Amino acid sequence: MKASWLKWAIPAAVVPVLLLLAYGFKTNPHDIPSPLLNRPAAAFSLTTFSGAPISLESLRGSVVVLNFWASWCVPACYDEAPALERTWREYKDKGVTVVGVDVQDKEEAAREFLAKFNHSFPNAPDPKGRVSVDYGVYGVPETFFIDRQGRVRFKVVGGLTDETARHHLDALLKEPS
Amino acid sequence: MIPELGYGATVAALVLALWGAAAAVMSARSGSAALLRSGERAAVGAFALITACIALMLYAFLTFDFSIQYVAINTNRGTPFYYRITALWGALEGSIVLWSWMLSIYTLIVVFQYRRRQPELYPWVLSVMLGILAFFLLVMTIPAPPFERLTPIPPDGRGLNPLLQDSGMITHPVALYLGFTGFTVPFAFAMAALIVGRTGEEWITITRRWTIIAWYFLSLGLLIGGWWSYHVLGWGGYWAWDPVENAAFMPWLTATAFLHSVMVQERRRMLKLWNLSLIILTFGLTIFGTFLTRSGIIGSVHSFTQGSIGIFFLGFLALALLGSFSLLASRMERLRAEGVLDSVVSRESMFLLNNLFLVAAAFTVFFGTVFPLLSEAVRGVKISVGAPFFNLVNIPVFLSLLFLMGVGPLIAWRRASAENLKRNFLKPVLAGFVAAAALRAVGVANGLVLTAMGLVVFVASTIALDLFRAVRARRRSGDGWSAATWGLLLRQNRRYGGFIVHLGILVVALGVAGSQAWSVQKEVTLDRGQSAELAGYHVRFDGLSASEESNHAKVTGAFTVTNGGAGGDVLHPAKKFYPQDQSPIAAVDYRLGFFEDIYVVLGDFANDGSHATIKVQVNRMVSWLWMGGFVLTLGAALAILPDARRTA
Repeated sequence: MKASWLKWAIPAAVVPVLLLLAYGFKTNPHDIPSPLLNRPAAAFSLTTFSGAPISLESLRGSVVVLNFWASWCVPACYDEAPALERTWREYKDKGVTVVGVDVQDKEEAAREFLAKFNHSFPNAPDPKGRVSVDYGVYGVPETFFIDRQGRVRFKVVGGLTDETARHHLDALLKEPS
Repeated sequence: MIPELGYGATVAALVLALWGAAAAVMSARSGSAALLRSGERAAVGAFALITACIALMLYAFLTFDFSIQYVAINTNRGTPFYYRITALWGALEGSIVLWSWMLSIYTLIVVFQYRRRQPELYPWVLSVMLGILAFFLLVMTIPAPPFERLTPIPPDGRGLNPLLQDSGMITHPVALYLGFTGFTVPFAFAMAALIVGRTGEEWITITRRWTIIAWYFLSLGLLIGGWWSYHVLGWGGYWAWDPVENAAFMPWLTATAFLHSVMVQERRRMLKLWNLSLIILTFGLTIFGTFLTRSGIIGSVHSFTQGSIGIFFLGFLALALLGSFSLLASRMERLRAEGVLDSVVSRESMFLLNNLFLVAAAFTVFFGTVFPLLSEAVRGVKISVGAPFFNLVNIPVFLSLLFLMGVGPLIAWRRASAENLKRNFLKPVLAGFVAAAALRAVGVANGLVLTAMGLVVFVASTIALDLFRAVRARRRSGDGWSAATWGLLLRQNRRYGGFIVHLGILVVALGVAGSQAWSVQKEVTLDRGQSAELAGYHVRFDGLSASEESNHAKVTGAFTVTNGGAGGDVLHPAKKFYPQDQSPIAAVDYRLGFFEDIYVVLGDFANDGSHATIKVQVNRMVSWLWMGGFVLTLGAALAILPDARRTA
């Protein structure tokens, strides 16, 4: 007499596979640490849309939020744009500078984007893509948090939120300068 | 306006599908014809509404309606006309629409074909199909709505992924999805058979043609995918064991096993449980493939967002697998084999072996694909296994399958006599050995290639011998050669359709073996006017030119290729710079040949055009893959013709 419960082994065999797949939700395949973390950030000098020069060297001593974006980056750059502006307003008097780098874009479209979101922090085009190459930008948006010593400390892939920005900035600002 | 209409149509279709599934179940329980008619009308309505969704989406693409997020992401004002149409299935949300649409078409065909013919199974089939359709409509309603509004409306869209702007992208997803969704029909019949308790051969006979159609489209989709990879990606290969490729290959393997094992059930009334399990697995793997490529649990380079879609798919996968396997378990008593295996040397045991190898291959591909996940879960480290693992494990399996492909169709059922073996296999085996020896004599030293080629000749000879004998027998009744051949093919279309599909697979196998063993390449930097030599080809760098296309900038090189004394042919590999993409896209140029392709990829270059780096490849026998696909098409078409013997 065959045990009748044995037949239920077939559906039961599916369970571990499903559990493994469910476990997959807890992990992030994109969570590959940037090799740039904790290394000196690459120097750059760009000219902003309003014509002012901006370089990493000139910002030494303050915490820098370096955000790579583009007007064609729908929807993530549009989603994060208000958060960037809010972050800038909240932290600019605490020794934080937000810098936007516009990647492979048409100037007209980029200016329209900036006007739409009333961005008041410096934004500069990256005409030859040199800065994005130096930072190993894989896609936009990506945001790098650079500490007062000029080292890359955090990298955020995809749209930035107020919470993430606050979390990283508070950590960096707590460090002794 | 379009977003609201589209969303409304989606929700209405979902409601109809749910109602239709429920009505069909109630009618099966109560025998109410009115409820069944209502379920059918719901199926027709769902089809009409999904068609409307497609029409709305196309209209939005053609009119650049960037108020729809999906349109804004997948097109921009420079996108050429055709790619504005194919952009429909260029990303997740649209693919699900296409998937639902195809599924609703299959459902409609099932309604019209079987509403009168299969009164007992049909209501359950309708219910299962509409239930599955409802799941995809649910995905379109909640986690991946294709008509999502975008505010503020951007002046221009992002544009379709440049790699997808290729003719292969018109046909590849369509073929693949016709294959994926097609397996829903045999799956639904299998479920209906289990529910009703009619677990005999009936559901297999009914769905045989459906399975072949789905299998054929899946094969075609895989081959077109290989072609796309070969002429777009610019690395000179057609298969890389990437998770996305594996996702489509696994159901192909189990479906191939299923196509063969059902013959054993039809003939010997064995393997009932096995066949049901195979079709459940095949269906499950089509869902798993979508889950894998869309959920983001395995690294895929293109998606940044990981929405809730993965959870929906996992939930559905769990429901489908647990539900159908439990149903299977509850019907276990009815699934006992009526026949027994008489001898190891018999067709049924060859088919069993074939199944064993195919399922083993599917398992290793599955294992390799989810390995990163497994290693992270168990050891906390993310490790991927690459092509070496898949090749190492699968090459012996596929060589064994080639061998069985020669033996299986001709060995006798039940128990093969020495006479049967000698009559069918002596000459082909000799032919295989002679071919391998001849290749060895002309200098082919690679053992794997010799084995593969020998096996291919062996299998081809068994088919040729069988066909020759059968035609000769018909000739005795007075037909001419061609009349006898045609008569045979049409009268025994199932058998000879299968043989022609086998021939197609052999041609593909030759392509794989030849290209892996004999392709050569080199990378070289050339000054203008300078030449490089590879395998008898001379490639001269003549210069660069820049141009502005509708949606990208392009730098094109001119390279004169000569082979021996023949006149030069100019190849134009290029690099395309799309504003929405960080890295430029290589546009390969190539000349396809019967035995070898010359294939040139433009790498780095000096802006003044003084020098350029290129990769030159001479790829051998790659064209055989595409020719094999053509042969496969002929065979599949023959096999799905109405069975002359059965209806006669």
